[in-house]
Amino acid sequence: MSLISTLARLEAVSTGRAQPAATVRHRHLGDHPLVFVPLTTAGEAGAPLGALVGTDRDAPRLLVVPQPRDRDLRFAFLAELADVVLPYIDGYAEAVEAAERTETDPETGKRVKVEVELCADAPQLIVPSRAGIDLVRLLGRSMRFRRTAEQDPEAPYPAPPRVPLLGRWLTHFGERARVPGSSLLLAMTDVLGRHWAIGQSTLEDQHLGALLAWIDPPEGVTGAEAALRAELERDERGQLTCPPAGPATDPAFDNKLLAPAIERYDRARTALAAAEDGLEADDRLGALTAAEREIRDLLLSRTRPTWDAVWRGLDLLRELPEGAHVEERWTRDRWSFTGHRDRVLAGEPPQPRRDDAVTAANKLATREREQARLEAQEALDDPLVMAGRRLAGEAFAGEVTDVVMAYSDGKRPSPRPLVTVRTDDRPQLGERTKVYRSLGGKPQSAEFVAAEEDGACVVLRILDKMGRGKEPEPGSVPEKGDRVCFTLFEHEQRGGAKLPDPEETPWTHGGPPGEALPEAADPVTEEDVL
Amino acid sequence: MTTVFDPSAAAAQATDAILHDTLHGTARGVVVDSPPGAGKSTLVVRAALELAEAGRPLMVVAQTNAQVDDLVLRLAEKNPELPVGRLHSSDADPYDKALDGLENVRKSAKAAELAGLAVVISTAAKWAHVKVDEPWRHAIVDEAYQMRSDALLAVAGLFERALFVGDPGQLDPFAIVGSEQWAGLAYDPSASAVTTLLAHNPDLPQHRLPVSWRLPASAAPLVSAAFYPYTPFRSGTGHGDRGLSFAVPSDGSGPDRVIDEAAASGWGLLELPARHTPRTDPEAVQAVAAVVRRLLDRGGAATSERSAAPSPLTADRIAVGTAHRDQAAAVRAALAGLGVPDVVVDTANRLQGREYDVTVVLHPLSGRPDATAFHLETGRLCVLASRHRHACIVVCRAGVSDLLDDYPSTEPVQLGTVVKFPDGWEANHAVLAHLAEHRVVWRP
Repeated sequence: MSLISTLARLEAVSTGRAQPAATVRHRHLGDHPLVFVPLTTAGEAGAPLGALVGTDRDAPRLLVVPQPRDRDLRFAFLAELADVVLPYIDGYAEAVEAAERTETDPETGKRVKVEVELCADAPQLIVPSRAGIDLVRLLGRSMRFRRTAEQDPEAPYPAPPRVPLLGRWLTHFGERARVPGSSLLLAMTDVLGRHWAIGQSTLEDQHLGALLAWIDPPEGVTGAEAALRAELERDERGQLTCPPAGPATDPAFDNKLLAPAIERYDRARTALAAAEDGLEADDRLGALTAAEREIRDLLLSRTRPTWDAVWRGLDLLRELPEGAHVEERWTRDRWSFTGHRDRVLAGEPPQPRRDDAVTAANKLATREREQARLEAQEALDDPLVMAGRRLAGEAFAGEVTDVVMAYSDGKRPSPRPLVTVRTDDRPQLGERTKVYRSLGGKPQSAEFVAAEEDGACVVLRILDKMGRGKEPEPGSVPEKGDRVCFTLFEHEQRGGAKLPDPEETPWTHGGPPGEALPEAADPVTEEDVL
Repeated sequence: MTTVFDPSAAAAQATDAILHDTLHGTARGVVVDSPPGAGKSTLVVRAALELAEAGRPLMVVAQTNAQVDDLVLRLAEKNPELPVGRLHSSDADPYDKALDGLENVRKSAKAAELAGLAVVISTAAKWAHVKVDEPWRHAIVDEAYQMRSDALLAVAGLFERALFVGDPGQLDPFAIVGSEQWAGLAYDPSASAVTTLLAHNPDLPQHRLPVSWRLPASAAPLVSAAFYPYTPFRSGTGHGDRGLSFAVPSDGSGPDRVIDEAAASGWGLLELPARHTPRTDPEAVQAVAAVVRRLLDRGGAATSERSAAPSPLTADRIAVGTAHRDQAAAVRAALAGLGVPDVVVDTANRLQGREYDVTVVLHPLSGRPDATAFHLETGRLCVLASRHRHACIVVCRAGVSDLLDDYPSTEPVQLGTVVKFPDGWEANHAVLAHLAEHRVVWRP
């Protein structure tokens, strides 16, 4: 944890309120995000129990699996989920704008510009917590290799149509969420934790209710008290008044309310199956519907508070103006969405279970690049984030006290002015350390020459962005009295080296992976068919 | 029958076997594990010269520009006639200016301009951008345990066969983003190059250099037992071969007492009172600086097998090691305050592969309230405890062994990954137990 975030957390404790950790919003928020509040069954990894889902905060759609161990009911749930999510995604697939992309021409091997489509906007999925992102990934994995009856008439348990497609999309969202700075799939606790420093441990920040209690406590109560209440307060039936954001449920809820309700549902179902005549069946169908109704009400009572909390979090975040580089990062999300849309349209197989060596290395390289880019952009967009970097000695700000013109050696001397900056910061500068400042959105580099007056003044030599002439272009060199901010980190990331194609994987990494075979879904086990 | 261990003979035997496998073996790769200071660079230079002599075009992959320049200088020293290519980046000042004075070293940012030279040397990052029609017949990959698997993937197409040399006990490569997704895969891109190589080619010949020429007889047994429990090594020198003495007697202060203890036994622990502190603990930083200042003031002289006369302990023979960069910066500032500008102060990552007479180490866990995986990493402590030829002085707050007991390792177990032994917890305890015998308690 950086020094500034430790200080901010201490300040949050002493003032009883969350402290801002950012002055702008560093993540994109779409106009119509799809909020997804899932619940899972205790002890059954990946067995959904229910969910609230939708884009209208006043009209969420409740999906329920009254008996989570029943495969047919689970499929029905997933099919219903697909009916909500896929039309939402499709809504963004149509509107496109023309864009250019550099591609390698397969015939000449040259890099050429190609005109391609780029979706004008992209869907955005919001889940309450990080565990929700894991569940999205797990659901994606459990669905994308399934076969529908149409695809494979022999499949023992054919999936409803569109369920495999939902799996592919959820997999894409889950995978994209691993890219630093991406906003296609966001966990509300992560985004709130990025923008506010809370007076508790980062582990406790995973509780959405507590987090909101710190950020926006009710009148007359400190954040700490409100957070404790959110975590612990129980009603007369022993139930948490602020249920966990899931997908796991509170054991007291499971044991006291849910288990008996599911048992009543099972009994009603058995009774219906045993009905001997139509009249009796009608009665028992009524009982079954009532039992199911009860489970629905229970699940609504657990998910609705979280649903409201997510929307409240969105309100709080929308109050912050969007950071300058957020749009640029969202454009990359749009590229990723468009790319997957095209792969689905082209009839490509679902994402493989495991990446091959080259894909894995490429993904890691991309994510490291995005991480470095995100850290630089957040600092440039937000003086508060930059303050943290300055405190860590990775940047410094101050006033220019002197500018001395100087020139480089060589046949055509170029301007290399020496700029003295008076600063209260303590940057970790060494001999000829490169530093950068933003000049009209582009990084201008300089190198450290000397420290004067016991480190209070830093002398820099400006190296570039001054034009081609002997005299620097106007405005390209700081002037005496200017406030400047230099960073020790680079503002833009260089592209990495091109890796070999997967079919040319070298012997050190196991050689080419061979022809991709269509992957089967996970084999059915006894537990799957209770 | 007991045989007297002859370090030179053992080392020569190992080197011969390695060179035989490299020059005449049939395997596509040869892996050499080298403990600290076991003559890895010497081996690389010798293998390069012999491969060049055999007329096999050779590329050498090192990890940093400093390592590349160092290798070029060593090669030119051994054989000034050998045509060597130094492939460098197109940044400003891409290589050591000392290379300009070497007649047979050609430098270029383009691989094509170096074609046909007997040996071409560059960093892995630069090699990754090179495209060739015809791969090199042979390659040497230096510091292969510090190279990431994805970096090897980018360059492995450039050569047919290779010698991989490195120290498995030093810091593992790392990624700045999570890579759990690939944990357990043979080609996990964040794993070390050797891990991936051996996972896919388990039958490659593996060798080990058995003798550390750097570590003194006082240090080799501890470092070997704590960090290389299954692949022990010996020191090349005996207990009487090295000595450290000081012209100025001790003034009785903590720094002086710990210096004397380290001079006599090879190890010293300067223990400050237990306290939770920020990373740049001002007292500990001052203590480190004070020890360095006294080391220089007291006119130290080091005797070793290298020369008959004692050599003075000067600033360039001392280094300070820390875990974090801000700690290094704080120590540098403190040293500047005491008028000591020339002593190297750096993090474990940057001290890898370096060698000094005396090292002063700020213990990674000193003053911490928690023991994270970063601070427990075996390689970090191993690097810090194995840079010295004579003595190592550790500055630490009391209470680290309690901290270790309070925080047993809790890293998640990943299926399919090879568990690394020893773990940081165990290695830290081993080192602390040994240091406790050389403890000087001091309240600054």
